[in-house]
Amino acid sequence: MRRVVITGLGVVSALGTNAAGNWDSLAAARSGIAPITLFPNDALTAKVAAEVKGYNTLDHFPEKQSAFMDRFAQFAVVAAREAVGHSGIAFDGQLKSRTAVVVGSGVGGITTLDENFERLYKNGLRVHPFCIPRFMANAGASHVSMALGITGPSFTVASACASANHALGVALQMLRAGAVDVALSGGSEATITFGTMKGWEALRVMAPDACRPFSAGRRGMVLGEGAGIFVLETLEHAKARGAAILAELMAVGMSSDAGDLTLPNLEGPTAAMRAALAEAAMAPEAIDYINAHGTGTIANDATETKAIHAVFGGHARAVPVSSTKSAHGHGLGAAGAIELAATLLAMKHGVVPATLNYVEPDPACDLNLVVNQPREARIDAAMSNSFAFGGLNAVVIVRRFAG
Amino acid sequence: MSDLASNVYDIIAKNGRVDRSEIRPDAKLVDLKIESLDVVEIVFALEEKFGIEIPFDAAQPQVKFETVGDVVAAVEGLVAAKKPA
Repeated sequence: MRRVVITGLGVVSALGTNAAGNWDSLAAARSGIAPITLFPNDALTAKVAAEVKGYNTLDHFPEKQSAFMDRFAQFAVVAAREAVGHSGIAFDGQLKSRTAVVVGSGVGGITTLDENFERLYKNGLRVHPFCIPRFMANAGASHVSMALGITGPSFTVASACASANHALGVALQMLRAGAVDVALSGGSEATITFGTMKGWEALRVMAPDACRPFSAGRRGMVLGEGAGIFVLETLEHAKARGAAILAELMAVGMSSDAGDLTLPNLEGPTAAMRAALAEAAMAPEAIDYINAHGTGTIANDATETKAIHAVFGGHARAVPVSSTKSAHGHGLGAAGAIELAATLLAMKHGVVPATLNYVEPDPACDLNLVVNQPREARIDAAMSNSFAFGGLNAVVIVRRFAG
Repeated sequence: MSDLASNVYDIIAKNGRVDRSEIRPDAKLVDLKIESLDVVEIVFALEEKFGIEIPFDAAQPQVKFETVGDVVAAVEGLVAAKKPA
């Protein structure tokens, strides 16, 4: 079976619009969560979010191009450009058609839809002609393919909060199967709109102040946005061009709860983590860090803790666990990608990023949690969890490349 | 039974997908097999029906919502608080 490696990383989140910015914030235990500025937040119960700050469209795209691009598609392209630059790969000749773009998005261009339909319903005005092409869920993948001239298979994978991890899983399978030699994969999302926030508010799972995963007194999740894109290559291809290898993508274990639409169960996440370990042919003890799904809701964090105990046995109390959602918010379809970026950067720097805003232990979350301050640790292999609404789970394992 | 209680029962029956006859003041929502998302929908329906805001969130319920009687009491309290003294 072909081995698959990661040779480029690009990330946009509330922690920064590139990898360096994201890592600086994670290493300094800085949170990107703040009062919402994208629209007036007076009518919201939960008035905070993890917005991508200081983002100016025209810094990244000429107006003629950005007019066609929703915020989520822009984030995808910004991250993809960084990943490609980082990997040093050039898409010329045959490689264009031997490269795939598989980008997760749970929602698509909801900012565009929200703006257009607000005008339509309030004033009976017409809808802008770019509304549909900006809104479509595949716009992120399409703009990445267009921006980089990639002509191989390109599409979007949607599974709410697990979209990015599922996308990485599909790209991994395509590379292993020999369908392509290179894939740009990850996730992209931008859903901090008034309508979306009211929708989350109605579900009553939003924290009004801060995201404090696994902590006693946690109040729920905080919405984030952004993108993470990775250059994946077959090992053979990466070696042939002398690429620097960040890590090997060992596995993406997947499962479905087939249970409640929103309430997590124990079996689904357990099965996905076990599937990932089996696919990677690794023992639980080989995992040095878990970047948890850790949304900060009562239900997720307690259930995820139980699932980690079920899968890791005695190692569950030893392996460092953190949820970086406490810093960059819940990026939904981008979450797995922003978190894989955090995981790869943690591996590179030998530092486990912290779960911020932690107040005190919750007996239901009895793990070796890295809280409030990052912790130095050598990470040779790491797991990154995503468990979506709809009961769809996808768990990524990466390992330091050792030849 | 008051009209208010009767309306609350109707909403619990409809949004909780529970037989109206099973709804008694001491019945626990969990025993009626009303799941978390159903509770959220019931809260939403009660807010719409009575023009109130119920301070209920899954992480830190500020209102007690264990039994049908709790729900009726919470709605009664909020409706009474809404009326000018």
